[in-house]
Amino acid sequence: MSQVKIKHEMPLQDAGERIKNFTEVALGYNEETAVAEANRCLNCKKPKCMEGCPVEVPIPEFISLIKEGDFKGAINKIKTKNSLPAVCGRVCPQESQCEKHCIVGIKGEPVGIGRLERYAADYELQHGGAKPGQKQQSTGKKVAVVGSGPAGLTAAGDLAKMGHQVTVFEALHVAGGVLMYGIPEFRLPKDIVQTEIEKIKELGVEIKTNYVIGQLDSVDELLEEGYDAVFIGTGAGLPYFMNIPGENLNGVYSANEFLTRTNLMKAYQFPNYVTPVKAGERVAVIGAGNVAMDSARTALRLGAKESYIVYRRSEKEMPARREEIEHAEEEGVKFALLTSPTEFNGDENGNLTSMTCIKYELGEPDASGRCRPVPIEGSQYEMKVDNVVLALGQGPNPLVPRTTEGLELTKRGNIAANEETGATNKPGVFAGGDIVTGAATVILAMGAGKKAARAIDDYLNNK
Amino acid sequence: MYKIVRKEDFSSVTKLFEVEAPKIAAKGKAGQFFILRVDEKGERIPLTIADYNPEAGTITTIFQEVGRTSKDLGKLEAGDYLVDVVGPLGESTEIENYGRVICVGGGVGVAPIYPIAKALKEAGNEVISIIGARNKELLFWEEKMASVSDKLIVCTDDGSYGQKGFVTDAVKQVADEMEINKLWAIGPMPMMRAMAATTKPLGIETIVSLNPIMVDGTGMCGACRVSVGGETKFACVDGPEFDGHQVDFDLAMRRLAYYKDEEKRAEAATTCGCGGGCGCHK
Repeated sequence: MSQVKIKHEMPLQDAGERIKNFTEVALGYNEETAVAEANRCLNCKKPKCMEGCPVEVPIPEFISLIKEGDFKGAINKIKTKNSLPAVCGRVCPQESQCEKHCIVGIKGEPVGIGRLERYAADYELQHGGAKPGQKQQSTGKKVAVVGSGPAGLTAAGDLAKMGHQVTVFEALHVAGGVLMYGIPEFRLPKDIVQTEIEKIKELGVEIKTNYVIGQLDSVDELLEEGYDAVFIGTGAGLPYFMNIPGENLNGVYSANEFLTRTNLMKAYQFPNYVTPVKAGERVAVIGAGNVAMDSARTALRLGAKESYIVYRRSEKEMPARREEIEHAEEEGVKFALLTSPTEFNGDENGNLTSMTCIKYELGEPDASGRCRPVPIEGSQYEMKVDNVVLALGQGPNPLVPRTTEGLELTKRGNIAANEETGATNKPGVFAGGDIVTGAATVILAMGAGKKAARAIDDYLNNK
Repeated sequence: MYKIVRKEDFSSVTKLFEVEAPKIAAKGKAGQFFILRVDEKGERIPLTIADYNPEAGTITTIFQEVGRTSKDLGKLEAGDYLVDVVGPLGESTEIENYGRVICVGGGVGVAPIYPIAKALKEAGNEVISIIGARNKELLFWEEKMASVSDKLIVCTDDGSYGQKGFVTDAVKQVADEMEINKLWAIGPMPMMRAMAATTKPLGIETIVSLNPIMVDGTGMCGACRVSVGGETKFACVDGPEFDGHQVDFDLAMRRLAYYKDEEKRAEAATTCGCGGGCGCHK
């Protein structure tokens, strides 16, 4: 069979249409396309793709099952390693993980592994019937998982399969962490997240919402109360601001607030849902990562006439996934590159009206390897804006670190943990995900949760 | 689900709820707050904790019906349930024996000042409490405050009960007569601003408790940021108590007013009966 060089295209909702709604942009393969895409896989003896997968999904095996039309078999195969396949199939940066290593990708485009994972996962969501995963006999050990984001959910699912009794503590009123409050509905439907969480609960995992560790109980108290180990996956919860004048004007949001109001609290359905959010006629998002793209695209859907990405470096340095940038461009998001605000200006009621920007040029590479942006003297100009969303990244949430006695932290306030095991300096306390690495991706957090689950299992067996 | 075990109407707009939340009742301390949601479509609003009953496993909160959510809340009765209750949130009050202290509660601010006065009294302080309201109808918990205070002064703006005038006047009178080591003032933002302005020239250390708009209440969103001594703080994790002489009250008040128009629309959505379809509250 001749090799098709190009990945089968993902059908999308039309850009003009989709900016008027919050329903999913990428529509997913149909059966025919899925099988055809699966047939592009060479089923390599030494599958390089798996080296790129932090949660060790048996990629060629599940793709082979799709080739045979055994979609149920495919999802069961994925679920031996990955508890959140419908999530990963949508939001993993496959181009820098599994697909980056794909042999087919050398002479053409790699196999659409993520799209196939999504197809198998969605097949199960529609048809049901997958096994909840193999569960070992109960060990009688209790593990507390702090935070129900990707790291916590993965650790919880794996630990439950290993036979441990797992309780997840979540501060918000719903489980899922960033999957619920951060990533927009149009990229990751919340029903899908909740369905995958239900499957994890079917493994015997208990999830306690409205339970803030660090306030209601400390990590030390969890250990005293009879948990044999604790996994901390509290994420990168503290938004960075710029510390420039006018930052506290009404209308300046952190991306966390803007997205939480919209996604978690469903402000896009205001006033049917009571939480409001504002996106005036002109919205500027500062930053160019995935969260910035999500914010700029959300602003359009909330009714903004113009939505800008304002970024102090050039297009090449934008940290967002290519796909997200393209989707934003298609939808009409504008890019003000080599530009950054120096001041936010407001009216007499303290409402934002404009921002003063300065232009940059690129200088020598800095410590991060990226060219350092240098401000151009005298290039200031004023940009009218009704809302600004700061998407500059996040620091570690302080609640757990500051209430856990003797827990070793890094200089930045993240939890110091072993990269391979998640072990902290405190016996029985493990950590993983953004609280350790700083803001990263869903799949890296999941990988950390998986490694920590294995290390916790070892720890409990030897205890 | 969190059961409302007791409701008390203090006035047509001021209500008390005692809510089942055993873990918060056991762990919470003076100065902390909680967040609730009335129902599945509700917003998350922070409310102060006015009392803890660890034996009964309940917390008490007192609120005033001012907008959509507090009005929805006010419609609930004993036996009804709140869909979400999370807490205790924020840092607790620094309780020590300071000597002689004043605890001021204005309006619904009497609710959160009560556990603080109680804890300060238990720590050995001489507690002078001053509570005030616009009129007699809006006053509550006079006896309860008296029970944790060495002296209690009651003021109403219109003179319909107690001494006529503002709580700031009462503070000045007391400070004229004796030395005050520290003061806590909780109430509406303009009252706390006036209090800070009153005590600054008197040199009395003044702690206020801020109630900005919040979403998560755990430091994640930054909606509640306030400026204290020129520095941005998150009221949910750095507060809610701050040095009153350092707080930028103008900023805090402007930020509280940001969703005024949406508040009206959210309220209209419940009163016109169209359920959002008629366009009357666009």
